[in-house]
Amino acid sequence: MLDTKGHPNRLGVWGWLGGGRWGFERYLYTLHRLTGLGLLLYFLLHIVVTSARASGAAAWETSMGRVSGPPGTARGLFFTAGEFLVFAAFAFHAFNGIRLALVELGFVIGRPIEPVYPYRTSVDEQRPLAIVMMLAAGILLATGGYNFFVHYSH
Amino acid sequence: MRDQRLWTWHVLAGLVIFVLLGLHMAVMHLDTLLGWFNPEGLKPIAWESVLQRARMGFFTISYIVLLGAALFHGLYGLRNILFELGLGRGAKGLVSVVLALGGAGLFVFGAWAAWTAGALARSL
Repeated sequence: MLDTKGHPNRLGVWGWLGGGRWGFERYLYTLHRLTGLGLLLYFLLHIVVTSARASGAAAWETSMGRVSGPPGTARGLFFTAGEFLVFAAFAFHAFNGIRLALVELGFVIGRPIEPVYPYRTSVDEQRPLAIVMMLAAGILLATGGYNFFVHYSH
Repeated sequence: MRDQRLWTWHVLAGLVIFVLLGLHMAVMHLDTLLGWFNPEGLKPIAWESVLQRARMGFFTISYIVLLGAALFHGLYGLRNILFELGLGRGAKGLVSVVLALGGAGLFVFGAWAAWTAGALARSL
């Protein structure tokens, strides 16, 4: 991250969440951070939990038993729903991340233009990409949801 | 300059994660539709499925690359968020060292697990 001068982060963490008349992309930014932190927490635990495969079948079954439950039970539903949340976070973070990378590299932000009324900003150029990426994330989410809740529910 | 270089690596690591984690998610969570790399009729987390993937060198290598890319991407992202909270110079240095050492330790542990599981699967 670049160190900047003259624009202190006075709102701190609350600055992520503040509402007002922010655009769609600003809320994607907030969600990107929240999903990123959630995915990081899960990933650190995932490294430890899945390392059991190095110790053989019994250790693997024990480790998986700690983070799952039989279908149709409250414990099973709890872990399935939790895992689906991680999948949802991945779907959003991945496609929004592609949008951010494209914008960072200067794609889909339009060419510089004269500030002639009615004014247009690069946001006008970026918005379709944001919508397409969110639709892609939604399709992936629905597909995964079928796998999580329809196929494995019986 | 160093921060710009790290930020570029952060973006590149994100692209690597998009591909490799996308494959991992497809194998693990779209199995009923795609059925990639899973013996027929078995869940992706069944021990037999784990063994089958572990026997494939591609998975061992891709897990280790994904592990490194995701640890860097995630911990560098966390570092940026923490830095935005107005930490002092000393605290920033401490955060950087703790995250770098923690990330390196987890990478060694995770890579060992992936490599050992591959060797175990091939010996069975």
